[in-house]
Amino acid sequence: MSETPVTDVASSSPQPGGPPSRARRAAIWLRSTHPVMLTALAFVASIVVGGILIVITDTPTRKAARYFFSAPGDTFSKAWHAVSQAYVTLFEGAIFDPHTAFKGTFWQALNPLSETLLNATPLILGGLAVGLAFRAGLFNIGAQGQLIFGAIFAGYVGFAWHLPVVVHVIVALIAGVVGGGLWGGLSGWLKARTGAHEVITTIMLNYVAVYLLGYLLTENGFKRSGSNQAISRIVDSNARLPKLFPEPLRVHTGLIIALLAAAGVAWLLNRSKLGFQLRAVGANQFAARTAGMDVGRNYVVSMVLSGALAGLAGCSQILGTNTAITQDIDAGIGFTAITVALLGRAQPWPTVLAGILYGAFQAGGVTMQSRTGTPIDLVNVLQSIIVLFIAAPALVGAIFRLRGTASTSGQQLAKGWNG
Amino acid sequence: MKKTVQGIATIGVTFAVALAMTACSSKPKSSANSSSSTTPNSSSPASTAPSSAPSSSSAPVTSPSAASTGSAKLCMVLDTGGVDDRSFNQSSWQGLQDANKANPNIQISYVASNSQNDYTPNLNAEVSKGCDSVIAVGGLMADAVKSVAAANPNQQFAEIDSPSAGPNDYGIQFNTAQGGFLGGYLAASMTKTGKVATYGGLNIPPVTIYMDGFWEGVQYFNQQKGKSVQVLGWDEKNQKGGTFAQSFTDQNKGRSITQSFISQGADIIFPVAGGTGLGSGAAAQASGGKVSVIWVDTDGCESAQQYCSVFLSSVVKGLASSVTTYANAVASGQKLGGQSYIGTLANNGTGLAPFHDFDSKVPANVKSELDQIKSDIESGKISITSPSQPK
Repeated sequence: MSETPVTDVASSSPQPGGPPSRARRAAIWLRSTHPVMLTALAFVASIVVGGILIVITDTPTRKAARYFFSAPGDTFSKAWHAVSQAYVTLFEGAIFDPHTAFKGTFWQALNPLSETLLNATPLILGGLAVGLAFRAGLFNIGAQGQLIFGAIFAGYVGFAWHLPVVVHVIVALIAGVVGGGLWGGLSGWLKARTGAHEVITTIMLNYVAVYLLGYLLTENGFKRSGSNQAISRIVDSNARLPKLFPEPLRVHTGLIIALLAAAGVAWLLNRSKLGFQLRAVGANQFAARTAGMDVGRNYVVSMVLSGALAGLAGCSQILGTNTAITQDIDAGIGFTAITVALLGRAQPWPTVLAGILYGAFQAGGVTMQSRTGTPIDLVNVLQSIIVLFIAAPALVGAIFRLRGTASTSGQQLAKGWNG
Repeated sequence: MKKTVQGIATIGVTFAVALAMTACSSKPKSSANSSSSTTPNSSSPASTAPSSAPSSSSAPVTSPSAASTGSAKLCMVLDTGGVDDRSFNQSSWQGLQDANKANPNIQISYVASNSQNDYTPNLNAEVSKGCDSVIAVGGLMADAVKSVAAANPNQQFAEIDSPSAGPNDYGIQFNTAQGGFLGGYLAASMTKTGKVATYGGLNIPPVTIYMDGFWEGVQYFNQQKGKSVQVLGWDEKNQKGGTFAQSFTDQNKGRSITQSFISQGADIIFPVAGGTGLGSGAAAQASGGKVSVIWVDTDGCESAQQYCSVFLSSVVKGLASSVTTYANAVASGQKLGGQSYIGTLANNGTGLAPFHDFDSKVPANVKSELDQIKSDIESGKISITSPSQPK
């Protein structure tokens, strides 16, 4: 992946005079504010802060802390137990679980990884959606609404129409892309035509989407008949994204779609004329206009594409992970996607990795909560702290005494490009 | 809306917020009232076998207060909203805590769901933990419970707010329209202005079923007495209309809705909106005795004591006690899968809470009429038409 992004000024590590030795180069790199290093350190910092939170909230530790001065060792051993158990089970739920791996079939052993990738799928798609808009200079807060619209369209086609195998799922996917694209494009159009700021319009359109979904869930034809819950009809089995592996693994073809989408976005941004225009508008809309580009058209196009990707995340939710729409179909993905895009620095393949990392957190969080009673909210905290550190590289730089200027792309992401 | 707030918090979370969040959710509030003591005001014998209960209801007849002797490991999967939601998560967990208190051999634990994506993995995680029964809270989890129960035929499940979804799944549901009916009749009997009001948290069946019952109770009163008491905020015939706060937590919203009802002439308010309803309590208190409130789900004088003086009564749902009963049944070795329980007036699954401060103000004839209506609903003489009733 040899990209030369317009806005990325990541490789700003200082070059000392003369060719340094390999060890010295490594040392310099380790203490630089290279994005990979910064991300790793942010991860470490979040684990530390998360550990502190686990200790504070752990009941046995708190009980031991009451007699801290008579037996301080007790407090520390209880605290260590709580923290290590939480992180070990987090790992077991996300990567490999020795407790269940050898009990069932071979596939059973892969279940944690499958859960990680299952959770990662919509996050990757959502992260790509937000990231693509970032690159075009737009802060798309509306992934939630676009995802919901994608899910409404895809879900409706999925349960109301009855088409043959293969055709049905493709039609449902197209519907989801159209739904998300329309909803995203609406914000782009409003910005291009009226100058309305996309942050405002996308947030407001989130509310519209949420309440429209709430309305639809009371509507006959959408609501499941005979159920006294606000839940839609069940998507036809023909319209579901096929599972990639046999039972009990739940990861579905949405993952392949997400990876293809990442490849597509990478190509679009780095190899196509349209992508060049989007990035140019994102870098400096005035320069782009002077160069003869239609800025407004680019806003619309990038928001349509961004919404379409969010719509695909909605497809993953309704055609893959779940089988019916509820008020909660977004499952917080629309907002987590923003943090995924920030962590991935709005570049396609790093976003994929960020999505997998967050997917691992969510998959592991379930096991962690079940086995140790550590609240699953810890996962949200870890995710947030990572992004907090990345958005404030100077903070990580100060904590870990890194050299070099802290003005990496992270700071730019934190500020946004057009304000 | 909830997700939006959550999302913004995700972006801008500070350590303090994070800390508070974690601290809250790791320490379940114990202030929830124990609704095992919710006895309706009527004189009908409590906890007797419901001979006249609906045919699909096979109610566990053991009294929840009678602790079982066996032991069991019970695991609960909560719906979104957290264990301290002052609503069905909290009440369900309270039920398990009560069972554990009475019989420490009943081991209890819970996992919370952050979103609907967590349902299936949470259920699977609890199954692999080795529990005697996995209790799923919330009817939206029904699809997930159905598939996980089918994949684990030897594991017992119970599901709250949904009928049984398989031979190893026990359904626990509540026909709260019956309790709401009594609340509506009571409100219509007690209003001085001829206007009563109700509003919900969200327009979803578990909420509107109460409002339907309330509305029907008022209509029944009008029909019996030849009066024309009006219901503001809800009309069973128009299931899409009605007044909703769009929140189960926003007290200010509850207060402003209540103020607007009061200015339209209503003097008895029935909020079906969880914590939002506390705003009605505040508004009623500010009215200086002109306005009173009928609380919902739990006995308001226990769960929201600060407003007890304005609570005419409460329409209760015996969620906690039914969970306790189920826990004791599991501990005593029963396998209840395949059956469903529907909480009704007849089995004390729903009903009116005591009048508390209003006991002397409610006329004796109203009390006896309520008793009569209760037995008429139990016998089927009065039929309730709410479309949201469990079948």
